Amino acid sequence: MNYFELFGFPTHFSIDNAQLSERYRELQRTVHPDKFANKSEQEKLLAVQKTAQINDGFQTLKNPIRRAEHILQLRGIDLSHETATVKDTSFLMQQMEWREALEDISAMADPHQGIDELQSSFKQHETEYSSILATNLEANANEANLIAADQIRKLKFMAKLQDELIRIEDDLFDL
Amino acid sequence: MALLQIAEPGQSAAPHQHRLAVGIDLGTTNSLVAAVRSGEAQTLASEQGQHSLPSVVHYSKDSILVGQQAAQASAADPKNTIVSVKRFMGRSLSDVQSKYPNLAYDLSASEQGLPVFNTVAGQVNAIQVSSEILKPLIKTAEQTLGGDLEGVVITVPAYFDDAQRQGTKDAASLLGVNVLRLLNEPTAAAIAYGLDTKQEGVIAVYDLGGGTFDVSILRLNKGVFEVLATGGDSALGGDDFDHLLEEHLVKNWQLAQLSTTESRRLQIEARRIKEALTDADSVKASLTLDNEQQLEAEISKADFDALILPLVKKTIASCRRALRDADVSVDEVLETVMVGGSTRVPLVREQVEKFFGKAPLTSIDPDRVVAIGAAIQADILVGNKPESDLLLLDVIPLSLGIETMGGLVEKVVPRNTTIPVARAQEFTTFKDGQTAMMVHVVQGERELVDDCRSLAKFALTDIPPLAAGAAHIRVTYQVDADGLLSVTAMEKSTEVKASIEVKPSFGLSDTEIATMLKDSMANAKADIERRMLTEQKVEAQRVLESLNSALEKDGHLLTEAERQQVESGMTSLAQCAAADDVDAIEKAIEALDAQTQAFAAKRMDNSIKAALTGHSVDEL
Repeated sequence: MNYFELFGFPTHFSIDNAQLSERYRELQRTVHPDKFANKSEQEKLLAVQKTAQINDGFQTLKNPIRRAEHILQLRGIDLSHETATVKDTSFLMQQMEWREALEDISAMADPHQGIDELQSSFKQHETEYSSILATNLEANANEANLIAADQIRKLKFMAKLQDELIRIEDDLFDL
Repeated sequence: MALLQIAEPGQSAAPHQHRLAVGIDLGTTNSLVAAVRSGEAQTLASEQGQHSLPSVVHYSKDSILVGQQAAQASAADPKNTIVSVKRFMGRSLSDVQSKYPNLAYDLSASEQGLPVFNTVAGQVNAIQVSSEILKPLIKTAEQTLGGDLEGVVITVPAYFDDAQRQGTKDAASLLGVNVLRLLNEPTAAAIAYGLDTKQEGVIAVYDLGGGTFDVSILRLNKGVFEVLATGGDSALGGDDFDHLLEEHLVKNWQLAQLSTTESRRLQIEARRIKEALTDADSVKASLTLDNEQQLEAEISKADFDALILPLVKKTIASCRRALRDADVSVDEVLETVMVGGSTRVPLVREQVEKFFGKAPLTSIDPDRVVAIGAAIQADILVGNKPESDLLLLDVIPLSLGIETMGGLVEKVVPRNTTIPVARAQEFTTFKDGQTAMMVHVVQGERELVDDCRSLAKFALTDIPPLAAGAAHIRVTYQVDADGLLSVTAMEKSTEVKASIEVKPSFGLSDTEIATMLKDSMANAKADIERRMLTEQKVEAQRVLESLNSALEKDGHLLTEAERQQVESGMTSLAQCAAADDVDAIEKAIEALDAQTQAFAAKRMDNSIKAALTGHSVDEL
């Protein structure tokens, strides 16, 4: 299933978020099971299935990483069940640095500042990987698709780091 | 009521027929029923003039009392008087006993470990007790509205898991009531305040009832309610405030062991004190012991506030977590809606106002607001307001996962995913010729199976015998708009459907439901048959109505030959439905379903296309 087609968009990485949300609501209004509450079992079931598809499509298109993954999947590269890791040594070094920094935060004199610094370092790298991702998805050549896949792996890793940072922040200030 | 109004194919039945539907708030402490009458949603009063029915059921040898009368029997006969049964719904006996060690009931466990109340009238479970509470509400509604109900909307805490939702629906099924939708209580409250028509933005609903606390973060946009996140605690409520007061008094009076009647009197006194402290700064507490000794104490508002502050703080922490899950900041929250009788406690209002930085909405009676919202939704769902723009998008409150090696949980559907949702997973066999495997579905956020709630165990059988790893079984988990799970499985290479035997861990099996159904009817067999016939006739009516309007709107999608086929199928269904043969009606519905499957799918795709281009289907 091509979710871009389901939502009436060209299969393209950049997407208008406001328009996406607008179309999502329109589609929900059309097929949501509540519109079929008093209809036959057949229609109810169909409505549940369609709505589930639309929900999944929306979540996929809304999130840039999942959107990119979906594009690659449509091009025959499936990242969802893979175990491959990033082999870029500079990224691996960077990973270790970040991990150490995360561990050190709670012991810092000013953890706020530590969190802010990490946050901006994350932002900077995310922006960089995202822009490489966009360019390579655009190119749509074999080599470029593989580079794009690598950026997705990096961004997924960044998302996990981001979650961890939020957890640490909560533990420190959630009292 | 005329069950069948069969119009000629192509013509629709009476267009402006008003269908009767109600909203029911099946609460821990009190339950209410409401309906839209002359355009206004209002709670309905019983013959005795009561809007609120205490959720209490008293069993005696030859009668069952519900509500006020049952509540009065509670102090004298606690063992046979079930209060706050909602807390038992979808829970195991050991859950309940560890959470509430001082229950006055004579409890035993069912085969599956569900709590069963041993009363003088025999054994009953939480679903049966809940259905006793629904019974007088339905009766009130049918008497007030003057006819049979076509459907009901029942509200549940947003935090309810699958087992608890299923139990609630089963309670209605026992009465033969058509459940249009299980609606989350906080969402119902937002509808009651009409927030759908005016506001755009983020709304927080703070719902502190007798036994449950929920906070929901909703985003409203052009009439669409989207639940961004829910949080809370399904075992924290105003009853806990009472418990704290009780403990405080027991300590104060240095009481050792209380008899069941004494502890029930203490419970009633604690509730009275809590309610009185809403307006008074200090209240006198008193308790008469079985030996006539009279105890007294003075409880100030400050004492009470100090007792409950940790619990109120806990609710505020849940609010903070829900906001974070929703990815919105506290400044973005436009309105806070207060629901549940316990939001009358001044400390609760203070803390909520302090956290959200603005005074919460309290103009609608917090005890009635949920039922009122449910009634509005029921009116729309049953089809009385075809022009309505209201649409609810809900999320699943707890993650769904399956057990993997070593007792770990693999998440299949993470919490706060918008529902309906379908997820597929592939399994493979690990032995040559393996024809069966077990799948254990759990719900919860923790990593270990033991820390999550077991929902069901599925045995996949009839897997075609193939070499190890050659059979790929695709299991699809589908959660519907009510948050209820269903599972299907298929072997991919052979497309053989693996059959699934569902063993719900906390719910009831179909046979148990059938047995309970029989128990609930005096002339069991005849009654059940009559009911099945009625249900099939109603479904036949729905199928015919749906097809009539489908042909009228989209008949052009069919060739002349296809159309004739459908019409002849409809004629034979109409003929079957006019007679009294259940099997024949069922078969005719199935045949027509199969015939119109492609038509229905095509219409759905067409309406999607129309929605995207911003035109109505008629314009295409």
